Amino acid sequence: MQPSVKVVSLVSVGRHPQSGRSRRAEQDGRAVELGLKLASAELTVVHAGNAQEQVLRQYAGMGLLSLTVLEQESDCDAVPVLVSFLQDKRIDVVLTGVRAESGESSGMLPYLLAEKLGWPLVPRVADIISIQGGAAEVLLALPRGQRRAVTVKLPFIASVDNAAQEARQTAFGPGLRADVKVLNVDSVVDEAASQWQISAAKPRPKRIKVVKAKTAADRMKAATAKPMGSGGKVMKDETAAEKAQAIFDLLLEEKVVR
Amino acid sequence: MILDWLPPTLIGFLLVLAGIGAVRRMNLWRAGQAEKVDILAGLLAMPKRYLHDLHHVVERDKYMSRTHVATGGGFVLAMVLVLFVHLFGVKSEILAWALLAALVLMFCGALFVYKRRMNPPSRLSKGPWMRLPKSLLTFSITFFVLTLPAAGILPEGTGGWILTLVLSVLILMSLSEMLFGMTWGGPMKHAFAGALHLAFHRRSERFGGGRSTGLKPVDFGDGVTIKEVHGVAKPTDFKWNQLLGFDACVQCGRCEAVCPAFAAGQPLNPKKLIQDMVVGFAGGTDEKYAGSPYPGVEVGNAKGAPDQIITNGLISSDTLWSCTTCRACVEECPMMIEHVDAIVDMRRFLTLEKGETPNKGAQVLENIIATDNPNGYSPASRTHWAADQNLNVMKDVKQADVLFWVSDGAFDMRSQRILRSFVKLMKAANVDVAILGDEELDSGDVARRLGDDAAFQSLAKRNLATLSKYSFKTIVTTDPHAFHCLKNEYGDFGSDALKGVEVLHHTTFLNRLIKEGRFNLSPLQGGSKVTYHDPCYLGRYNGEYEAPRELLASLGIEVAEMERSRYRSRCCGGGGGAPITDIPGERRIADMRMEDVISTGADMVAVGCQQCTAMLEGVVEPRPVVKDIAEILAGQLIEETH
Ligand code: SF4
Ligand code: SF4
Ligand code: SF4
Repeated sequence: MQPSVKVVSLVSVGRHPQSGRSRRAEQDGRAVELGLKLASAELTVVHAGNAQEQVLRQYAGMGLLSLTVLEQESDCDAVPVLVSFLQDKRIDVVLTGVRAESGESSGMLPYLLAEKLGWPLVPRVADIISIQGGAAEVLLALPRGQRRAVTVKLPFIASVDNAAQEARQTAFGPGLRADVKVLNVDSVVDEAASQWQISAAKPRPKRIKVVKAKTAADRMKAATAKPMGSGGKVMKDETAAEKAQAIFDLLLEEKVVR
Repeated sequence: MILDWLPPTLIGFLLVLAGIGAVRRMNLWRAGQAEKVDILAGLLAMPKRYLHDLHHVVERDKYMSRTHVATGGGFVLAMVLVLFVHLFGVKSEILAWALLAALVLMFCGALFVYKRRMNPPSRLSKGPWMRLPKSLLTFSITFFVLTLPAAGILPEGTGGWILTLVLSVLILMSLSEMLFGMTWGGPMKHAFAGALHLAFHRRSERFGGGRSTGLKPVDFGDGVTIKEVHGVAKPTDFKWNQLLGFDACVQCGRCEAVCPAFAAGQPLNPKKLIQDMVVGFAGGTDEKYAGSPYPGVEVGNAKGAPDQIITNGLISSDTLWSCTTCRACVEECPMMIEHVDAIVDMRRFLTLEKGETPNKGAQVLENIIATDNPNGYSPASRTHWAADQNLNVMKDVKQADVLFWVSDGAFDMRSQRILRSFVKLMKAANVDVAILGDEELDSGDVARRLGDDAAFQSLAKRNLATLSKYSFKTIVTTDPHAFHCLKNEYGDFGSDALKGVEVLHHTTFLNRLIKEGRFNLSPLQGGSKVTYHDPCYLGRYNGEYEAPRELLASLGIEVAEMERSRYRSRCCGGGGGAPITDIPGERRIADMRMEDVISTGADMVAVGCQQCTAMLEGVVEPRPVVKDIAEILAGQLIEETH
């Protein structure tokens, strides 16, 4: 890969689904893995939160020489400090997970960053194939193992899907020795979040799946076939205005815009 | 006589060379890491270790043990006497006669060495080793002839200068092997390094039958200064007495002959591994190695140097990951070399520093760290197996006579059958027992053997902290791996939790209950033939061979022993994380073990380990039934009706 690309991977503290214990988050680990592929040792890994957090060592153990922490309390909003860190740094690519495993876990962070920075957001990438001439060739992960290749202008933010390359094993020794650079930042308490009441979620009952397939071949087809969208339509030859109108109409119809 | 000065000069010259070689060799060992050894006590204990412990192992091969006593004993005696008679010129016919006797003894021994070497088994190394019997014979004959005049059998000056010259040439040839070769890396090196290795052994408690783990805890520092490297990366990262130990190898290949991974065609041969370690700290290549290779790996391409990373060109990491840590090699090695701790030391580097645990290794370690069990189950489901068992939990009762250490078998449906059987037996015997319930964590066995000593130590310390909250006299477990950790490895962490507590395997414990008449069993009917598989971690690691057999005998079962049983038991392939790292070979170790079982004609194999059960039951049917001894006993329990 081109050594000159500047890549930042954002990492959070994950949560093991069975034990509830802190861990390296699945998708964030993949974001670091992809970052290492693109920028190897030049990769910058950033966490907004507690610099003493042991889980950060698990990310560092993937072969990072250092890790940057924007030190702030757990009740602070990560977005503003990340924005001010990312601004004016001539960064090419920012990688995040799709959603955090703990905290709000809303999956909004990449969108809010993209909005504030004015960069394009590429959701759910499976891989970034190459970065050349100011643009990246990106593979998006679609359901059922499908991929879509898109070209994106730098700089951009990408959220990394579970379909991306799995995070490598973390090594204890290098993780322990990595340098944790703590930056003091002006953090903002997340006022909205402090008003919320948090309670445990109840698992939603699962809909029973009726498999009509009689043969193995049918089952295979059912598992892999493209979802047959019934209501949608593909617009290729229309003008941009017509396409925009169609989207707008749909949003109205779905009551997204009123 | 003109040439009379020649033989003594030669002897003296070679002695000096040997001395120089010895210093050089010692410097190679000293390149290793410091390790405190009581030098004097070691040297004093050496003769006993040689005569008792080492000989006990050599004795298993009667032919070789007699041969070695004659040759080695004859040589040492002869060499000492040679110094007096020929170097210092002590004029004494008695000494000369004694020397002749020693030489005859050595000659006889050497003949047998020669005979063994005529058609050597594949486990023996060839190369320079083939020349050794000839050197031994030459030595004894030469000095015999040279000593005849001193003994008054031949007149002084017999044969004139020609004979003296001929003898001098022979002296040069044989003594080069015996003295020079001893310290400059020839086959006789084993005598020199071996003697010192016995004196300064890293696990000296093993002499006299002490049980211990071969693994020492990794020093993770005090949290302030951070160590540069954990585990062994380069030969010089070994302790100096480990390097010395490698040098003691006689290349007898006994370890190779018993190694299950070697037999399965995985790229591991413990003998070659030890030789590669020597290549590593002495520097050079393995070109001169004249024994069996690692299966599927050509000899001659390995290069090593004291400061070169071992897995960069000396040995492949697959070699290290093939080992099941069964200790068959350690048990069999006449030089008391510790293969397993060396292998785990090098694995530590691969896991802790490189993050290169192969296959499922990374996943398993991650699970252990995040959930305290290797499969990533919810820690809150650890006691689900016992929902209907009505067992006391320590958290409630705080104390009990017996603490039942359940182990990770709690998560596995097959192992749960063993656990329930054992509980049934304990209830029948009215044992006051409790379990830790969800407070119990993985013992750390797998993590440690996969090289992650950080995870192991974390588990060990947390388990010890839990144990220290409660009071009990005995811990019993059905898992030999957890048994070994609790009994022999947890002691390194300075906790009093297990002080005065007896740690037992369930077979030992059940055997006691039976002897006390605590429950009644009906004999096993049906005339089925039963054999018993000794789990390595119960047998070789902890010396328990009798209790399982006595238990079977109490059911009227006469065990049809496998050829490889007791200390020679062949591992099932389940230890050391081998099923997790899963290095490909030509055969599966479990299949080979099942063939051992089948060859006894048994239709049931009794085991004492859930991991062995899993491995042996994984062999495709039709095959004999696999049952834990607890299950067999529980099936024969006569339940009292009130
Ligand atoms: S411990 Fe067992 S598997 Fe490992 S080298 Fe020794 S004999 Fe082979
Ligand atoms: S390691 Fe021990 S058993 Fe193996 S060849 Fe060397 S001396 Fe023999
Ligand atoms: S599973 Fe059984 S035979 Fe295999 S290493 Fe463990 S104790 Fe040995």
